[in-house]
Amino acid sequence: MSFALDPPSRGRRGMGRALLGDPMGLAGLVIVAAFVAMALLAPCIAPYDPVALDVKAKFVAPSAAHWAGTDHLGRDLLSRIIWGARLALGIAITSVGIAGAIGLVLGLVAGYGPRWLDSLLVLVFDSLSSLPMIFFALAVITVLGPGTATLILVIVLVSFPAYARLIRTQTLTLAGADFILAERAMGAGAGRIIFRHLLPNVVGPLVILICMDIPVIIMLEAGLSYLNLGVKPPSPSWGNILAEGYTSLRQAPHVVIVAGIPLVLATLGFTFLGEGLRDVLDPRGAGRRWT
Amino acid sequence: MLAYAIRRVGLSLLILVVVMTAMYGMVFLVPGDPASLALGPRATPELKEVLRERMGLDQPILAQIGIFFGNVLQGDLGTDVWSKRPVLDQILEVFPRTLLLGVVALGWALALGVLLGCAAVVWRDTVVDRMLGVLSVSVISVPSFVIAIYALILFAVWLNWLPAIGAGEAGDFASQARALILPAFALGLGWVGYLARLIRASMLEVMEAPHIRTARAFGMREGDIVFRHALRVAIVPTLSVLAVGFGGILSSAVFVESVFSRPGIGTLITAAVEKRNYPVVMGTVLFMTAFYLMIVTTADLLIARLDPRVRDVLRS
Repeated sequence: MSFALDPPSRGRRGMGRALLGDPMGLAGLVIVAAFVAMALLAPCIAPYDPVALDVKAKFVAPSAAHWAGTDHLGRDLLSRIIWGARLALGIAITSVGIAGAIGLVLGLVAGYGPRWLDSLLVLVFDSLSSLPMIFFALAVITVLGPGTATLILVIVLVSFPAYARLIRTQTLTLAGADFILAERAMGAGAGRIIFRHLLPNVVGPLVILICMDIPVIIMLEAGLSYLNLGVKPPSPSWGNILAEGYTSLRQAPHVVIVAGIPLVLATLGFTFLGEGLRDVLDPRGAGRRWT
Repeated sequence: MLAYAIRRVGLSLLILVVVMTAMYGMVFLVPGDPASLALGPRATPELKEVLRERMGLDQPILAQIGIFFGNVLQGDLGTDVWSKRPVLDQILEVFPRTLLLGVVALGWALALGVLLGCAAVVWRDTVVDRMLGVLSVSVISVPSFVIAIYALILFAVWLNWLPAIGAGEAGDFASQARALILPAFALGLGWVGYLARLIRASMLEVMEAPHIRTARAFGMREGDIVFRHALRVAIVPTLSVLAVGFGGILSSAVFVESVFSRPGIGTLITAAVEKRNYPVVMGTVLFMTAFYLMIVTTADLLIARLDPRVRDVLRS
């Protein structure tokens, strides 16, 4: 995938307008905004306590009292889904934040540092990214035991190599650019070049890549939680709700049906937004985009 | 070509050794050894000692790593802590099922993806193209295990057309084929969109090529140009993606197998992770990593053979 090195000449407002003018990007933005609002306002908008049991009201089908019905312990599914948004986004943002920072630093070091360090780091990136993702994740979980912290570590480990590689390529291209040469000729140190000149120029493409990675991470979190190897119950992870609903598939199919909807919508929303962002930020790809 | 092949295979082997050493080393970084982890908190010290000895954990770390690699080279991936069966036997028992699932899933995804990608090129910049575009992005992003669960409810529970769980009766081809349909559908759906997109993008580039212009000048029909002349060139970049994609499919198969309780690598490893059955997990990860690296390396070599430009870039 190619990224423009220079940001497009339109200003920030122009970019926002371009995103709003693209129906797919706009749809993505609206969905993502809805999920972010859900995550932030979970305590205010969730009608019930997401872990409160009410065994007498178990497997209630969607109704006026419980819009999405209840699960096998009588917990309100809508409330669990709303709190699940907070969990899914929280884990996704924490882990891409950490992975992005690690990728940025290692990528800059590999791209601008000594040659031997570059070769070593590239071997590390290649090794990590040549692993089949899930199998590697399962190995780490076996060693550390399942839980939210392990989950975040796993996501960081599987996602930072791609970020580091992107930053490294960008840095390598930029390091030979005239303005960097000029800066070096004027006696600027490595620190100044890296932080003042390289960093601002390589961060844009990273943001797009991270945004397109979020649906994959949400999927991974839900998938591992579904296998009982992610977030521990009774936490309302969407994957946990699916796993619990699966055991009563024939008796109360509404549990898995409603639990799948936020997963589908959230991954769709972030993918649409990522596509839209890429088109706006990378005008070279815009001619080839597909909407 | 030979020098390139040796370097490419050498790199894969190096990666495999690095990965395995790192994974093996990881065990020693965390509190608690695999024997205690496998036995749980209530195990007696004597029991732990026995298991530790059996797993070779009483040896120095470097010796353990040496023994481990030596065993792997002889085709011994260790022994199951619980059933005491060789890990490799268990893997080889279920691997063909996972492989079959992956091949069928990728196969139908490729067939439909190529067709839709070509359709989008033939009708480019029309409503058809736009609809296929949105559809592709949509199916790419929906998690395969959610598709699996929805397909299971609709086709197995409500309509009762297809079996909900298992891999079919042993020796009964029809029942095995029926059990394969839903998992292969769920696993491949995302790839239909992805491959369609890829084919379309690479095809649009090819459509600018001189030989296509010439074909147009001779008055060939657009459909003939796309299917006979452009597809042949446009499919090459897809090959390397297919190799990486197959690794991705085998990864997603873990979830899909779990949804359909289908015996395979996924159900083997998830059960082992839950029981913290260390040798089985390590053996399966090693096996799958090696398999994945083999596929990717083969694809790279194949592409270098098909496209000399790749070879030249890598040589410099």
